[in-house]
Amino acid sequence: MPTPEATIDSAQIGRIISSHTDLEGPLLPILHALQDAFGFVPSQAHAPIAEALNITRAELHGVISFYHDFQTAPQGRHVLKICRAEACQSVGGKALAEKTLAKLGLDWHGTTPNGAVTIEPVYCLGLCACAPAVMIGDKVIGRVDDTRMDSIISEAGA
Amino acid sequence: MKITVPMDSAAKAVGADEVVEALLAVAKDKGIEIDITRTGTRGMIWLEPLVEVEIDGVRHGFGPATPADAAAILDGSSDKALGPVEALDWMKRQTRLTFARVGIIDPLSLDDYQAHGGLAGLKRALSLTGQEITDEVKASGLRGRGGAGFPTGIKWQTVHDADAPQKYIVCNADEGDSGTFADRMIMEGDPFTLIEGMAIAGLGVGATKGYVYLRSEYPDAINVMRKAVDIARKAGVLGADVLGAGRAFDMEIRMGAGAYVCGEETSLLNSLEGKRGVVRAKPPLPALEGFLGRPTVVNNVISLATVPVIFEKGAQHYADFGLGRSRGTVTLQIAGNVARGGLFETAFGIGLDEVVNDLGGGTLSGRPVKAVQIGGPLGSYLPVSKFDAKLGYEELDSQGGLLGHAGLVVFDDTTDMLGMARFAMEFCAVESCGKCTPCRIGAVRGVETIDRIAQGDMEALPLLADLCETMKDGSLCALGGFTPLPVMSAVTHFPDAFSQTKEAAE
Ligand SMILES: Cc1cc2nc3c(=O)[nH]c(=O)nc-3n(C[C@H](O)[C@H](O)[C@H](O)COP(=O)(O)O)c2cc1C
Ligand code: FES
Repeated sequence: MPTPEATIDSAQIGRIISSHTDLEGPLLPILHALQDAFGFVPSQAHAPIAEALNITRAELHGVISFYHDFQTAPQGRHVLKICRAEACQSVGGKALAEKTLAKLGLDWHGTTPNGAVTIEPVYCLGLCACAPAVMIGDKVIGRVDDTRMDSIISEAGA
Repeated sequence: MKITVPMDSAAKAVGADEVVEALLAVAKDKGIEIDITRTGTRGMIWLEPLVEVEIDGVRHGFGPATPADAAAILDGSSDKALGPVEALDWMKRQTRLTFARVGIIDPLSLDDYQAHGGLAGLKRALSLTGQEITDEVKASGLRGRGGAGFPTGIKWQTVHDADAPQKYIVCNADEGDSGTFADRMIMEGDPFTLIEGMAIAGLGVGATKGYVYLRSEYPDAINVMRKAVDIARKAGVLGADVLGAGRAFDMEIRMGAGAYVCGEETSLLNSLEGKRGVVRAKPPLPALEGFLGRPTVVNNVISLATVPVIFEKGAQHYADFGLGRSRGTVTLQIAGNVARGGLFETAFGIGLDEVVNDLGGGTLSGRPVKAVQIGGPLGSYLPVSKFDAKLGYEELDSQGGLLGHAGLVVFDDTTDMLGMARFAMEFCAVESCGKCTPCRIGAVRGVETIDRIAQGDMEALPLLADLCETMKDGSLCALGGFTPLPVMSAVTHFPDAFSQTKEAAE
């Protein structure tokens, strides 16, 4: 569940950072943990991370922006990842994705106006023998057709 | 009644959890006592959810099961009955070495693991020197299953010989290639095999610490691997005193962050260190200057998960399977538009036609096969005329193909090959780490050039070939270097898709 930016708790940020600093290569685990807690990597965390890991804020920004996973603002309540890769395309994944985006009036990375669903592309979910595949939250779904997609997005409240 | 149902994400993706709920509900309702164990998948994904019921000590399959089948499965009247699972053609025809336990055992039961041969390899390795361990891997002929097919024993030797206060084993579990899921399947279905393989690698090269870099797109695998590492540590398989032998090895699971290029080993190491996942120039080799600048073995999941069986059964047993310089078994992943998709482990050398048309049963759509892409998004599209190719590293290479991680994606005759070539360039543009120009800029120009061809501008075709040459020769890693393979194989084998007559005909 994403957290509104106003309620970000800096003490929590501090706890998350300090619980990872004894790892070798702690930055990705920290960013994942922050995103888990808040739904995105809050900008309030930048200065304390840079200080704890002795890196510049520019370096930190470079890392956050490099990875598709890390978000800098809250996403929808549900993130629906639709696989765009070849195996899914071979069984109609492209048309499925296009129809879904059109139905919701969204582009990739877009969020429905009611904040219920964000649509992200993903390149393979390892479900290539039961394609087309999508993932909503941590739940994977294979052999998705238009009917199934309709129920997925309506259950998500889009 | 003893029942097993996979907890593999492919099984869950087609409703395994709902089937389990239904079985429990019906059993409760009818007062039948059942004991359901969740396992990995047998790899017959078209039969998932595959429920197995033990009858007189033999596991009988029912699938693909739906919740509505639960009652009939429990009273033995189900029309989804397949008979004994081990007797199914798909199972009988395999040589399951790496995947011997997957689908059979409870993935998180160390007792089950040991009852099926687990830890025998590690115990044997503990009685050997590092050099003897490395020699055994060399003798097995094992080559890296992550794509490049580099001899694993030779890589280990380099790390073994390096002198450093700390060395590392890094498992590449980034499995980003479309059409591949063997890494995921084994991590979800037999995680201790990977742990055991990494521990043996550690003993072999003198590394006491390991990391699994596991892609974030695999939450189920991450969950299973984390639990398995905890269990192994509590049981003394990992830690300061591995199996009481006085040797140390421990490991952690680290989650990727959605970048395909982080499957490339140097980019992976940067990512693990908390940097942007950009590719490093080689040399220095990761074997000498890898994670945090220390000597590091970077191996694919399947490479490492195959090590225990090599030590359990002996290098020669493993090397006796295979063809030419491709020794042992290949874990084929049959995917895409195919009637029977899944994982099939067999000796190297099986023919492409047998895999696609016999095992796979042709397309799912029932239409003629048009092409197969082997080796992920950086692999060639092979037309049906190449189906006599044998699946081995050199054998496929001689046909202009790339075995890679051994995923095969089948396409039917409705496939727009120009569209697939465009996608290959687009994917490269999205996923390029940006460090080298041929890949970063070349891929964007590639998309534009293919769009010109689509609009009937035939002058763009030689331009595309030129661009592909530049990308191939000038890119720092195989992302830019191999993207020309799917693109140019599509151009070569399906010229109609790139000619003006296409427009005229439509
Ligand atoms: C763009 C790119 C992506 C790659 N992705 C993976 C991957 O997901 N998994 C993998 O094991 N190897 C991948 N590789 C190959 C690795 O660089 C490396 O060769 C491999 O991890 C070595 O392990 P192996 O010898 O056991 O195969 C990739 C290479 C490139 C260029
Ligand atoms: S290509 Fe879509 S799940 Fe693998």
